[in-house]
Amino acid sequence: MVEVKEFWRWKEYNWKNPDIQWKDAAVITAGVDVGSVSSQAVVMCDNEIYAFANMRTGSDSPNGALNAMKWALEDTGMTLDDIHCKVGTGYGRVNVPFADRAITEIACHAKGANYMYGPTVRTIMDMGGQDCKAIRCDEKGKVVSFLMNDKCAAGTGRGMESFASLLGVSIEEVGELSLQVEEEPPPVSNTCVVFAKTEATGLLRSGWSTEKVLAAYCSAMAHRVVSLLERIGMEEDFAITGGIAKNVGVVSRLEKELGVKALKPRYDTQIAGAMGAALFAKALVEKGENR
Amino acid sequence: MIANYGYKDGSGDFFISIDTNKCMECEEKPCMEACPAGILEKFADDYNDVVVGVKEEHRKKIKYSCAECKPASGKRNLACQAACKPDAIAHTW
Repeated sequence: MVEVKEFWRWKEYNWKNPDIQWKDAAVITAGVDVGSVSSQAVVMCDNEIYAFANMRTGSDSPNGALNAMKWALEDTGMTLDDIHCKVGTGYGRVNVPFADRAITEIACHAKGANYMYGPTVRTIMDMGGQDCKAIRCDEKGKVVSFLMNDKCAAGTGRGMESFASLLGVSIEEVGELSLQVEEEPPPVSNTCVVFAKTEATGLLRSGWSTEKVLAAYCSAMAHRVVSLLERIGMEEDFAITGGIAKNVGVVSRLEKELGVKALKPRYDTQIAGAMGAALFAKALVEKGENR
Repeated sequence: MIANYGYKDGSGDFFISIDTNKCMECEEKPCMEACPAGILEKFADDYNDVVVGVKEEHRKKIKYSCAECKPASGKRNLACQAACKPDAIAHTW
């Protein structure tokens, strides 16, 4: 029997803040971001992150939301009933069975990035599993302008997963490996993931190393999202959220092309949307609109 | 807020931009009636402002949905823009 390696598989995990006693909190809120590829649940106690979970959504969005929430609450003693307000966001936001409200991932990413990176952030590039969002926001994390592209897989996590599988490289090593080239190759010319894979196969056959092909793909991905940022207008400070923000190969090339450095995140970049949803939930509690 | 609805693919950029700060000031929203393809709808956004946006089912095929107003000959007669009193609607193509 041949073992099939899942190069695309990224690490799923949960986390709990040991310094917070949730029973002492005045307001407990939660945000659940149900994406097309991954789901995150974030629990906040008085605006501090208490716990979160990050996992694959799977084929069933309601179940994905429930599983993420259950995993975030694992070993905390907290139940859903202890949470004052729960907001669903992301692609599957209307399928979060326990949510009090659904808010778009665009507003939630802006809010989450404002918390994660601080009030100076003005432009956010969310590179998600199956879409890219360019967002501009004000000092309070309110969206000023946005653009979302979810028609084409180029520049998305799914595209990167596909490439990792093609080249037999763990998705978590793609970024580092792509930087191990003596000279930066030209980006793959095809923006479409399917055609880019065909092009990559041809490059490998012509003698290119895996690292060089990865560099060409990371470069194409960075170039792809730069055009989205140009459309909404780039203003510093700049931050990247989503799974691709963990890929140093894409991030460094994006920074080079834009001529700006991205802010360093304090938390996992994949939880920005769920974090924003939890912050919206807190605002709803304060306004008495949580039920 | 400038809300961009549409997509970018290998064939180009196809976005309808709506300036919601201007749009929310218009109560009648005549652009919805004016659009022959009926792609616009009124809704309360995340900040509870009542604005117009492109219907979900048209966002990934907007190039084709808007084709009636943008014939291949290049003649443009954008009914939505003409009806929009606050000048809140723009097209990228």
